[in-house]
Amino acid sequence: VTVVVELTRTHIPTDGIVARLKAPSDGAVVVFEGIVRNQSGGRPTTHLEYEAYEPMALEKMRAIAEEARARFAIDQIAVVHRLGRLEIGETSVLIAVSSAHRAAAFDACRFAIDTLKRTVPIWKKEYFSDGAVWAEGEAPAAFDAAPARPRP
Amino acid sequence: VAIRVLFFGILRDIVGLREDRLEVPDGGELRWVFEHYASRFPRLKEMSASIVLARNQQFAAPSDTLAAGDEVAFLPPVSGG
Repeated sequence: VTVVVELTRTHIPTDGIVARLKAPSDGAVVVFEGIVRNQSGGRPTTHLEYEAYEPMALEKMRAIAEEARARFAIDQIAVVHRLGRLEIGETSVLIAVSSAHRAAAFDACRFAIDTLKRTVPIWKKEYFSDGAVWAEGEAPAAFDAAPARPRP
Repeated sequence: VAIRVLFFGILRDIVGLREDRLEVPDGGELRWVFEHYASRFPRLKEMSASIVLARNQQFAAPSDTLAAGDEVAFLPPVSGG
């Protein structure tokens, strides 16, 4: 079983990762890449920086991969996020899913990216020509059965 | 007892620290740690509805009891992807 879960500070090698997921029994691979946009709320951005609470982020990403394999009839899954400085157009996150049939791969891919954006402790700082701001995010939440967001 | 406290994202900018070492009362609760920093940095209090605490890399409740060597993290709203 190939489950690729990684945080990386360099270019995400999508083609190589996708190649690792493919098996003769697969009929589909769905690939989602999040890429760096050139604006935020109408203001031009120059670049982004991502940081993570790395051990916890990896654990949450592993949990997403395992949950996706439990919920959907998929074969393999990759969940990879880049950290550090990213330029416009670069890939910040990769979700790739292989399966016998396309529906499960699409569903699992959507589940994985949506859950990542709600539950994985990673933060994005947006840089503009005149300064930088932390992106407004979502209060981190454990998915499903975990206790409601504990607040101080 | 001594614990480590980590701050991420905007919370690191507010507190001015990536990591701190803190003495907490024996048997103290996680909420004590939040209050400790919120009393020094009022913006934490203002943002309390959006801050989540983790203890030893798991989402944790304010009523959780602390132990020596714990790693407590202040997590602002996440924005990965």
